[in-house]
Amino acid sequence: MSSTTTIAVRPKSASSRSAFGALLLRDLAVLRKEIWMFLGRTVMQPLLLIFVFAYVFPKIGQAIGGARGAAEFSTLLVGGVIASSMIFQGVQAVALPLVQDFGYTREIEDRVLAPMPVWAVALEKVASGAIQAMIAAGVVFVLATFVPATPVHLSVHWWYLVTLLPMAAVLCAALGLTIGTRVEPRQVPLIFSLLVIPMTFLGAVYYPWQSLTPLPWLKWGVLVNPLVYLSEGMRMSLTNGVPHMAAIWIYLAIAGFTALFLQQGISGFKKRVLS
Amino acid sequence: MAVDTQSLDTHRETDGDVIVTEDLTKVFEGRGGSVRAVEKLNLRVRRGEIFGLLGPNGAGKTTTVGMLTTRVIPTEGSAFVGGIDVVANPAIAKQVIGVVPQTNTLDRALDVFENLYFHGRYFGMGAREARERSGALLEQFRLADRAQADVNELSGGMAQRLMVARAIMHDPDVLFLDEPTSGLDPQSRLALWDVIGELHTRGQTIVLTTHYMEEADQLCDRVAIVDHGRLLALDTPVALKRSIDADTEVRLHAAGDLDALARELEKMPGVGATRVVDGTVFAYLHAGGATLPEIITRADHLGFAVQDVGVTETTLETVFIDLTGRELRE
Repeated sequence: MSSTTTIAVRPKSASSRSAFGALLLRDLAVLRKEIWMFLGRTVMQPLLLIFVFAYVFPKIGQAIGGARGAAEFSTLLVGGVIASSMIFQGVQAVALPLVQDFGYTREIEDRVLAPMPVWAVALEKVASGAIQAMIAAGVVFVLATFVPATPVHLSVHWWYLVTLLPMAAVLCAALGLTIGTRVEPRQVPLIFSLLVIPMTFLGAVYYPWQSLTPLPWLKWGVLVNPLVYLSEGMRMSLTNGVPHMAAIWIYLAIAGFTALFLQQGISGFKKRVLS
Repeated sequence: MAVDTQSLDTHRETDGDVIVTEDLTKVFEGRGGSVRAVEKLNLRVRRGEIFGLLGPNGAGKTTTVGMLTTRVIPTEGSAFVGGIDVVANPAIAKQVIGVVPQTNTLDRALDVFENLYFHGRYFGMGAREARERSGALLEQFRLADRAQADVNELSGGMAQRLMVARAIMHDPDVLFLDEPTSGLDPQSRLALWDVIGELHTRGQTIVLTTHYMEEADQLCDRVAIVDHGRLLALDTPVALKRSIDADTEVRLHAAGDLDALARELEKMPGVGATRVVDGTVFAYLHAGGATLPEIITRADHLGFAVQDVGVTETTLETVFIDLTGRELRE
């Protein structure tokens, strides 16, 4: 026990690495326990979206742009729905638990006292949120491919997909960290009505960004929305022939937003746990 | 205390003291101006002792513990735990401290066993070691039959024991307990006192904050009395009580000019000092001097209607009143 007079401490890098890994392990254990909750919150929104737009509408003859248009619509919807589900995941897996934590439970105190820098505790939240966003993307990909009534024509560009998917996941989790450290519990409904819903409706989820050309003010206005680049990026990775913005802008914008949200999120996290 | 404050090495010679603070100060800047929560605090905690920080709510106890446990960043001064500078090297200092905060911070997504197991993993234990130690601690803290329980189902006393078990899971050099028994029923409080006593027997250094003077008196080897962020006195409970220079304390509730009454009582043989606090006259008596009936009779003769009297041995409360002119619990 503590009767020794010399204290054996491990170097900061070693203790931080093992603590980071253990925190991830804890989050994955919790995810496994709550897998049905995870699937419930992940599946419902995209499933309904795909079901109504890509199954019901074509069946009842309400298809957007006629029969040919409907087929194209199911195809372009895949990328958009994956991207918007990842944003939802960032909010649900990172932001909402943090809001609750800082507001009432203070459960995170024990993890903040783990032998690692506080910024690394915040970064672990991002890593675990990103893993969940990737899993969500996989689940939604399956839904979006098999539920529509009209054929979905996907052609996977692997190089784009394997680079953009993790980048998008980190961006979504970092956004969750920023929101989670800045919102009070009573403001949670506002996260959805003022942030998530406008982001998804104006995030090039249901239409390629370039099709906004007739509305130039909107076309340029939505560029502040990070979801635009995720939707465009996912479509670029999964389809041929659907117009998308140039790859370079997609990569730059995702990297830029990620850096911004990480910086904002980590500084917000520090403000909440240190005084 | 001539210690070299230039050195920012990870380790530092602290003469066998586990905690050393030098002019530790915390000022909170708020909308209503700045609050000096802790003011130039100099403490030394010895290895293996139970060290108490006693003071009323708002005295700066929790802020002090916050600074020693890396959660509150000092405005000035320095603090070393286990020879490690907690301000310069918080990530390393966290390896040698265990903390039981004031509120229940158990991980509600995990069960009782997992709360210990993952805590061990955070501190670098392997899966097997963490499993074994969790099991042993659950036995030691009489929680083994609750291992798979949801932490929300635990009673206040059990939750508190689990938090103590979690805090010592990684065998810290110093265990910090912030108001460990506030909110517990008397039975759970005594059970926790037993737990603390047992840890002490095993050599665990413990720092606890409390506003219960019995707790400080019963448990602590040494007590620091703090108020308004300042250290007022620091010694063993026995020595602190002896500093009052009296054997018993008499409290008289009466109407009238109590200051005049106090001055009259002081003239009686064996009455050391008197003090008037909130409509009560405190008189400190030496053995063999004036007796209680004599004091009441004297007050009666002087025309004071005594409504109530109380006699106690001098306590840490007496010491606090002597130091601040206020009672510990407002």
